[in-house]
Amino acid sequence: MRIELDVNGEQLEADVWAGESLLYVLRERLGLPGSKNACEQGECGSCSVLLDGELVCACLVLAAQAEGHEVVTVEGLAGAEGLHPVQAAFARAGAVQCGFCTPGLVVTTAHLLERNPDPSEDEIREALSGNLCRCTGYAKIFDAVKLAAGT
Amino acid sequence: MEVVSPRTLEEALRLRAAEPGLMPIEGGTDVMVDLNFDRRRPVGLLNLNEVPELRGWSRDDGLLRIGASLTYAQVRQRPLADTLPALAEAARTVGSPQIQNRGTLGGNLGTASPAGDSLPPLLIERADVELASVRGVRTLALERFLLGPKRNALAADELIAGIRVRPSGARQTFMKVGPRNAMVIAVVSLALAVDREREELRAAYGSAGPVPGLVTASTGERETFPELVAAAAEPIDDLRGTAAYRRHALRVLVGRALERCWA
Ligand SMILES: Cc1cc2nc3c(=O)[nH]c(=O)nc-3n(C[C@H](O)[C@H](O)[C@H](O)COP(=O)(O)OP(=O)(O)OC[C@H]3O[C@@H](n4cnc5c(N)ncnc54)[C@H](O)[C@@H]3O)c2cc1C
Ligand code: FES
Ligand code: FES
Repeated sequence: MRIELDVNGEQLEADVWAGESLLYVLRERLGLPGSKNACEQGECGSCSVLLDGELVCACLVLAAQAEGHEVVTVEGLAGAEGLHPVQAAFARAGAVQCGFCTPGLVVTTAHLLERNPDPSEDEIREALSGNLCRCTGYAKIFDAVKLAAGT
Repeated sequence: MEVVSPRTLEEALRLRAAEPGLMPIEGGTDVMVDLNFDRRRPVGLLNLNEVPELRGWSRDDGLLRIGASLTYAQVRQRPLADTLPALAEAARTVGSPQIQNRGTLGGNLGTASPAGDSLPPLLIERADVELASVRGVRTLALERFLLGPKRNALAADELIAGIRVRPSGARQTFMKVGPRNAMVIAVVSLALAVDREREELRAAYGSAGPVPGLVTASTGERETFPELVAAAAEPIDDLRGTAAYRRHALRVLVGRALERCWA
């Protein structure tokens, strides 16, 4: 079936199998591999995107369900002026090791700071609880969130 | 396989009656896992995200009507969270923010897992499930809707339209035992209410029997209530814990919940 999606402000069309997830369509049909595919079961958060401004796992959204709604992926964060402040903070704080979890964490952090520009330690932990990182031990990631909140 | 996205409840019910093989999908947090891992291949999917009648909640003379599409994130918001506090506490323990933004009460009822976290808090408030079909609407006590592990009383042509509940106003809480705070299926869970007005204690356990179960006693039975709840549960040994541990944990949780809600 053919579906039409609004991704990062662009109208895109794709031929999909009806059961395909939004994540699969983004990566394999629309050439947007920023959202990562690790678990396909909502456990790791590496596929986090915004659907009508809400943080969701793209692997758990049926692509056809996103029709008529706005999708923002990590590719949509950076502007003409360069990196999104959250992306810059992750790089500066050394919060990126292998980098696999980074796109999901960047989207999650950008979403957190948009609604809560000065989050407490507990609020940061709760907001990031759906994103797993196997490398950093999270300390530098929390540093990056605080750095981004201050910028 | 096809996806149909009805725009009204009436249209959704007509599609459901015409093709019972279509699998309803709301937040997809259970359905998509099955699709991604090839565990299920329904003939098609009935996307309920565009049905306005399933959204939101309303209050009419003390009776709450909660749409099946209400997400855990919405359950956590006031003023609903003040009206059904144990349900809001349970919603906060579900998965992660991403899961809470998509997962719905209707989906939790549809899956009918013994570990479904919304079920114990709804049981202690004696909630009813509203089931709709082209034949009409019926309501069923949640206790009677839950039939067994992942089995419910939904007929092939029915959809879960919502939940009806008359909030008791009783002090209540929800507790969940698991290996960490985020992203855990309950090893055992408990919702408990101390209802002074009705002089009743109500407890409902999760992950400690084939279905979440409701246990009641009078407020005079406070001392023996932990034992009563532990004895009523029918836990099994599985990957997440043993039956003996679950019974023990339930006894401890009931004691703590009583302390929290007694004042
Ligand atoms: C990472 C992760 C963590 C999770 N953590 C928890 C947790 O902590 N606690 C918990 O309880 N659950 C948890 N879950 C399970 C799931 O999120 C919940 O069961 C959720 O409530 C399902 O809602 P949904 O809207 O996503 O359902 P869907 O996946 O859309 O549907 C679930 C089932 O209900 C049926 N259905 C949905 N809506 C209707 C309707 N209106 N009428 C008839 N049938 C319907 C569907 O056909 C399907 O069988 C978790 C899942 C994931 C992936
Ligand atoms: S790939 Fe979606 S949460 Fe892991
Ligand atoms: S940097 Fe490797 S998983 Fe997070």
